[in-house]
Amino acid sequence: MRRKFSIKKITLLLFLVSFVTVAQHHGDESGHQEGSTEVTSEDAQKKSIKDYINHHLLDSYDFGLYSYTNDHGKKVHVGFPLPVILWDGGLKVFSSSKFHHGEEVAKVGDNYYKMYHNKIYKTDAEGTMNFEEGDHDHPTNAKPLDFSITKNVVFIFLVSLLMFVVFSRMAKSYKKNPVPKGIGRFLEPIILYVRDDIAIPNIGKKHYKKYMGYLLTVFFFVWIINLLGLTPLGVNVTNNIAVTFALALITYLITTFTANKNYWGHIFWMPGVPWPMKIILAPIELLGTFIKPFSLMIRLYANITAGHVVLMSIIGLMFLFKNWLGSSLSFGLAFALSLLELLVAALQAYIFTMLSALYFGSAVEEHHDH
Amino acid sequence: MTIPNIVGAGLIVIGAGLGIGKIGGSAMDAIARQPEASGKIQTAMLIAAALIEGIGFAALFAA
Repeated sequence: MRRKFSIKKITLLLFLVSFVTVAQHHGDESGHQEGSTEVTSEDAQKKSIKDYINHHLLDSYDFGLYSYTNDHGKKVHVGFPLPVILWDGGLKVFSSSKFHHGEEVAKVGDNYYKMYHNKIYKTDAEGTMNFEEGDHDHPTNAKPLDFSITKNVVFIFLVSLLMFVVFSRMAKSYKKNPVPKGIGRFLEPIILYVRDDIAIPNIGKKHYKKYMGYLLTVFFFVWIINLLGLTPLGVNVTNNIAVTFALALITYLITTFTANKNYWGHIFWMPGVPWPMKIILAPIELLGTFIKPFSLMIRLYANITAGHVVLMSIIGLMFLFKNWLGSSLSFGLAFALSLLELLVAALQAYIFTMLSALYFGSAVEEHHDH
Repeated sequence: MTIPNIVGAGLIVIGAGLGIGKIGGSAMDAIARQPEASGKIQTAMLIAAALIEGIGFAALFAA
């Protein structure tokens, strides 16, 4: 009974919070309309929506919840800065608040750094950026090696920590009692699903055990981080191609280093085909081993990015329509799309795990007659 | 975005849509014939759809 009540409370709280957010946006918009004429404000709004979406898709050096323009016409950012770690002839660690959201030059020791299009460059005291002729996107300034704890890194750490705590506690509870408790009741069927419907059919009963650790980790990591991307926190870790690249690289390395003789035989000297075909097939098969993890990387990245862009564009339409019919239509559409994105979050985690298991399975497949 | 890019993106979406639609339709037929194998059919369907989707996205990035 007590538990039921707490769930009710949380739901109520979430409901109230969503109202506060809506009210906030409404206030923003009405302020906007008064200030400027109709045509310019619409163009400006289109541009600001586009900027907002682009900004959301990028990683950032601070954790910003939202920003607004106050009564004195000054932009106020709500959030907190994160540490910047640079390697530039020595380790430089400083807070990203020194950049003042990319508006100012940061002085660290004797060096000056400036943020340009979300990347850190080394500059002089005035912050001059050098460009090649006719190009305004790629400065020729020196770039220090960047090991900063950015927003994405923070959330990767948080999710790792969360998974470590939850799953190690769950494992401990099984030692006392084989019946799961608390969150374990929810997670046990999912873990069994990964084992019985993903790992065993694709890898085989003999070898599946050594891959279970990776498969479960990648499944829950991708799933939790995709779900976090749908919260208003503005996290989008799997939108970053470097993250999906790292995940795909691990799959590739595990496949390559656990592969048996039979796997390499199928790549370099395909059995059962005439010998001229063997020579033609070898480079194609070798290329195939790289294309498989590459498609894993692109699929996860592109699916999540596309979902975020479409969802945010539809939310942006609400501010452009400015009539009750269009706005409520796009609200309904955004709601339906959010539900679809919940499905996509789980589906992408499932497909990543499934295909990884498929590749591991092909790596340890035993010899059979053709 | 130039016009050839937009046309290319449209063609990709048509191709990928036809492909995934065919997979979905065939899977429906298969499930209707053998409802007891629906789990296996769904898995195979999702894998095939994911592969087409991967190619589709790769082409969209190129366009």
